[in-house]
Amino acid sequence: MTAGELVCPAGTPAALRTAVDAGADSIYCGFQNATNARNFPGLNFTPQELGKSVEYAHSKGARILLALNTYPPAGKFGLWREAADLGADLGVDAFIVADMGVAAYIAKTHPDIRLHLSVQAAAASPDAICYYVREFGVKRVVLPRILTIPEIREIKAEIPCEIETFIFGNHGLMVEGRCSLTNYATGLSTNMDGVCSPAHLVEYRRDADDGMSTRLGPFTIDRFGPQESAGYPTICKGRYVNSEHPDGYYAFEEPISLNLSRLLPALMDAGVDAFKIEGRQRSRAYVKKVVAAFRAAVDDVRAGREPALADLAALTEGQKQTEGAFQTKKWR
Amino acid sequence: MTPRLTIGPIQYFWSEERKLDFYARIADEAPVDTVYLGEVICSKRQPFFDQHIDVVAERLTRAGKRVVLCGLAEVMLKRERKACADLVQQGEFEIEINNAAGLFHLEPGRHHRIGPFMNVYNAETMAHMAARGATHVTVPVELPAASVELMAAEAGKLGVGLEVQVFGRAGLATSARCYHARAFGRTKDNCQFVCGDHADGLPLDTRNGESFLRVNGIQTLSHSYVNLAGEVPAMAEMGVSDLRLMPQDTDMVAVANVFDALRHGAIEAAEADARFGAIVMEAPFSNGFWHGEAGHRRIEAGARALA
Repeated sequence: MTAGELVCPAGTPAALRTAVDAGADSIYCGFQNATNARNFPGLNFTPQELGKSVEYAHSKGARILLALNTYPPAGKFGLWREAADLGADLGVDAFIVADMGVAAYIAKTHPDIRLHLSVQAAAASPDAICYYVREFGVKRVVLPRILTIPEIREIKAEIPCEIETFIFGNHGLMVEGRCSLTNYATGLSTNMDGVCSPAHLVEYRRDADDGMSTRLGPFTIDRFGPQESAGYPTICKGRYVNSEHPDGYYAFEEPISLNLSRLLPALMDAGVDAFKIEGRQRSRAYVKKVVAAFRAAVDDVRAGREPALADLAALTEGQKQTEGAFQTKKWR
Repeated sequence: MTPRLTIGPIQYFWSEERKLDFYARIADEAPVDTVYLGEVICSKRQPFFDQHIDVVAERLTRAGKRVVLCGLAEVMLKRERKACADLVQQGEFEIEINNAAGLFHLEPGRHHRIGPFMNVYNAETMAHMAARGATHVTVPVELPAASVELMAAEAGKLGVGLEVQVFGRAGLATSARCYHARAFGRTKDNCQFVCGDHADGLPLDTRNGESFLRVNGIQTLSHSYVNLAGEVPAMAEMGVSDLRLMPQDTDMVAVANVFDALRHGAIEAAEADARFGAIVMEAPFSNGFWHGEAGHRRIEAGARALA
């Protein structure tokens, strides 16, 4: 695959066609169940839809990456096995996996289909990455969003596989695949059920002072004054109280979007093979704008031109933007 | 078979003196079979206690305890990679691996244990690890009973030990960022070890006054203490081989005594509750994860019988 591959999200067949038409090299998606980490109502693909989407993408020279990136609890492993077999039958170009049991099954049963190591496996060192390459023949690692560019360059020199990094979208704070915060509050697990702050357990409650409390299960994730706009209650983006911060503070991170557009040339120079845009839950219009803008930007960098990315700032929906860990160790 | 009792690694940044006292008391008084030593959470904390490990291990071994040395959960920096490789390459102690980086350094057939950060959720993953020398697996804290039961049956066939955390705060998340340093306006690199000031973690309460989480450096823990005292007979029945007690800022010898009586069938859950009531603890108990419910919940015995 060529350097600077653009890997784009699709939560629906329509979004998938939109991403292909807007210039995506690859599209990642999942089935409508717990086998992927965006198991949200109204999102994802039936087998029939995925089959047609594979045909469409292939007819335009694009590839389909199937996310099977959750952790099957004992007793439910069959669902992941069936999803892998189905994906193979439908002609997907790669599986994105995190669980070693799932990786072992695919490596043995479908050895001709590429395995990508999901960010949910949290492989953040050459040693960990090399283990997955050696044991399962992984062809690409999706790196956690915690490394600086010099660190990515060092990793690239030590591993025999491709690197994919996130460049745009939601910015998770916890080590992926190691977070049970949602399960603690709600009984639904990010790793086992593919959910994070599920909408049906979210509540916006009007307070006596006309402010708003946002809740997940029985816990208040944040409280907003009458003049503030209430954000979605994701646990790692909430405000909490302790002796140091009696009025509340963003203990983990404020609501903020990752935007590495400015760093594209440096990332390509460091050896990043593919750029991932987050957002399978996003609208078609969003996918179209973001994919088209990054398509142009990647093409500009490849041609040695200065990329124009002013429009992307507007797409972060009024949220603050960050380059996160990529630019400075002080993020940690 | 009667399950073994273990003391998991100390997650908090307790002082060297405090850790030495803690392990001396465990050696002399606690009816536990295995003690896990070593820093799992933060590589910056590692040097402080590492110099004492030999002495502590000897003391515990002489008291009849099995000693296992634990590796880091997060491995990214050079010093973390080296610590990980050194752990695997030393031959003196049995080891528990908590990051895939450790697996990479194993010589074929080298025996090792798999820690709770390794995400062993199913028998297929366990079989993969057993084939590469794993002798023992601690499952993730959120794994429900129905899955543990299936894993225990499979572990028996593979000849692998299966361990479940039955006491202490649940580790809910880790991060590359230090939230302890952040709470005090610092970063990980200039943290000044502020995590040492909170022996049971830094509270995070909600803005409506509910107790919710605890920060421990790069780790986020539950406010509640997991307590599966009432579930010990069921675990023994399904073949769970080891019950893990995570050290908290409370009388851990007293806690171990209660679980020791439970595992031998000397007392039942109601008596265990009464004995826990006499031990000073900072947090309520929870057992929701085990029952496939929200982790913070405490499912009472009556509801358990119906479930």
